[in-house]
Amino acid sequence: MPIKIEHMSHTYQPGTPFKSDALEDIDFTIEDGDLLALIGHTGSGKSTLAQHLNGLLTPTAGRVLVDGQDINGKDVNRRALRQRVGLLFQYAEYQLFEETVYKDIAFGPKNQGLSGEKLDRRVRAAFDKVHLPPETLEKSPFELSGGQMRRVALAGVVAMEPEVLVLDEPIAGLDPKGRDELTEIIHELHRGGVTIVLISHNMDDVARIATKVAVLERGRLAMLGTPREIFSRGDELEAMGLDVPQTIQLCRALRAGGLEVPDCLTGEELCEAICAAKGVPSHA
Amino acid sequence: MLKDITLGQYYPVESFVHSLDPRAKIVLTIVFMVAVFLGSSLFAAIPIVLFILLTARLANLPIKMLLKGIKPLRIILIFTFVLNLFFTAGDTILVEWWKIRITREGLMSAVRFSLRLVFLVTGASVLTLTTQPVALTDGLERLLSPLAKIGFPAHELAMMMSIALRFIPTLLEEADKIMKAQMARGADFESGNLIQRAKAMVPLLVPLFVSAFRRAGDLAMAMEARCYHGGRGRTRLRILKLGKNDLLAALGTCALVAAVILIG
Ligand SMILES: Nc1ncnc2c1ncn2[C@@H]1O[C@H](COP(=O)(O)OP(=O)(O)O)[C@@H](O)[C@H]1O
Ligand SMILES: [Mg+2]
Repeated sequence: MPIKIEHMSHTYQPGTPFKSDALEDIDFTIEDGDLLALIGHTGSGKSTLAQHLNGLLTPTAGRVLVDGQDINGKDVNRRALRQRVGLLFQYAEYQLFEETVYKDIAFGPKNQGLSGEKLDRRVRAAFDKVHLPPETLEKSPFELSGGQMRRVALAGVVAMEPEVLVLDEPIAGLDPKGRDELTEIIHELHRGGVTIVLISHNMDDVARIATKVAVLERGRLAMLGTPREIFSRGDELEAMGLDVPQTIQLCRALRAGGLEVPDCLTGEELCEAICAAKGVPSHA
Repeated sequence: MLKDITLGQYYPVESFVHSLDPRAKIVLTIVFMVAVFLGSSLFAAIPIVLFILLTARLANLPIKMLLKGIKPLRIILIFTFVLNLFFTAGDTILVEWWKIRITREGLMSAVRFSLRLVFLVTGASVLTLTTQPVALTDGLERLLSPLAKIGFPAHELAMMMSIALRFIPTLLEEADKIMKAQMARGADFESGNLIQRAKAMVPLLVPLFVSAFRRAGDLAMAMEARCYHGGRGRTRLRILKLGKNDLLAALGTCALVAAVILIG
């Protein structure tokens, strides 16, 4: 179920002094099976773009086509669309409201009309995917840590079994362990067949798990390509105030020091490149 | 939808009204509200409408902005109108059908009360649209400060008000975000009967309250960390001064009161 974005622009509060052009002429396609990383400086329009993918915001110009259908057309079932394109908001832990984690995860599927056995299976399957201790299921979400709450929120969206999952800065503000675990969960979801749009500032994760990278700059799509293509343009990224992965930084430092290594995206790759350059056998 | 609530929102342009002293604006708004209640005939609405249009013009406010402020009130307005229409005793019967009776007096008072409500909200909106919250509470505190001598908590009240005003847009934004997050999970805030709709609000209200309390706690902590200890001994950055424009505005408002009293 590809999502095609056609010359889409969005202006907040048009015609008032608060008017702000958040997106301008965005045009690209999210293909099935992509893990598309959406990166860009704060305020570049990432969250705005995310909310267009399931029709929470309506473009001021242009169209968004999901499965070939304009999602802002007259006879589109918004609820069905939101089930197919799941969206996890930034700081999603603040959307929890139920008495127990179980009930909160059940909120989405219940709205889809599920009940009884089917609902129970959905909730438990989604809960399993976010790797929380089993006893959490019957706890109040407000007793949990911020990181755990965020995973419950993710389970709440996963429980709707969306085909495309849009995650708005899911790891922002987590500790390193929580970050790694959540990134692993996202990676697993992707391998399980879900198309993922991941908004992130963590370039190491992006380099490691993304299949495609889109760079937004002040509301425009500045670059689109594979992680290798994008991160090889490190200077441009840095000019936009963005990071490059640590492995790439290291590769550059090595080259500056006279060791000819290509840009590498993961630790293993880098290890092999160094061994090759040094002429020693690699065990990685 | 939530963005429609303009009460408490500042409209950042420059104008005659924006430049007035907040104390003058508060007092004149109260005078305006009194004038709204002074007029009992429907004709008294004419100078009031003219006054509002003139003020909007002098304040560089689009009329659309003022109308938007009334929109969230429509339920209360309809309620007021209907109650007055059916439950005002009177002699001149216009329509009579079964047990329902609409009298001339009822119709008059329905129109009168609805108009008053609209005028009051418009007056309050003009004040908040043209005055920054800080200036507003500053003015209020100064106006109330004589009462502080007899133990009235003028500063505390003003501080509470400014914090409340300051957080209205923040909370609205937050509500909007939570609403969208729940809509992304298939929540439906727009259809269903009254009970279903009230129930649909739970996923919005619980997180909103939780976050409001968290914010309040954080704010109190941050204020204390910066040695806030109430109003005693606090000096001000901006000293308020009354000027020629304030006098002009006062004269204009007096003219309105006079016109309303004359028309009766
Ligand atoms: N609700 C809103 N009303 C007005 N302007 C907004 C709103 N949300 C975002 N913006 C503006 O749109 C731009 C893009 O914001 P956003 O999509 O949140 O960026 P990002 O997620 O990349 O940080 C910013 O300039 C921001 O100020
Ligand atoms: Mg954002």
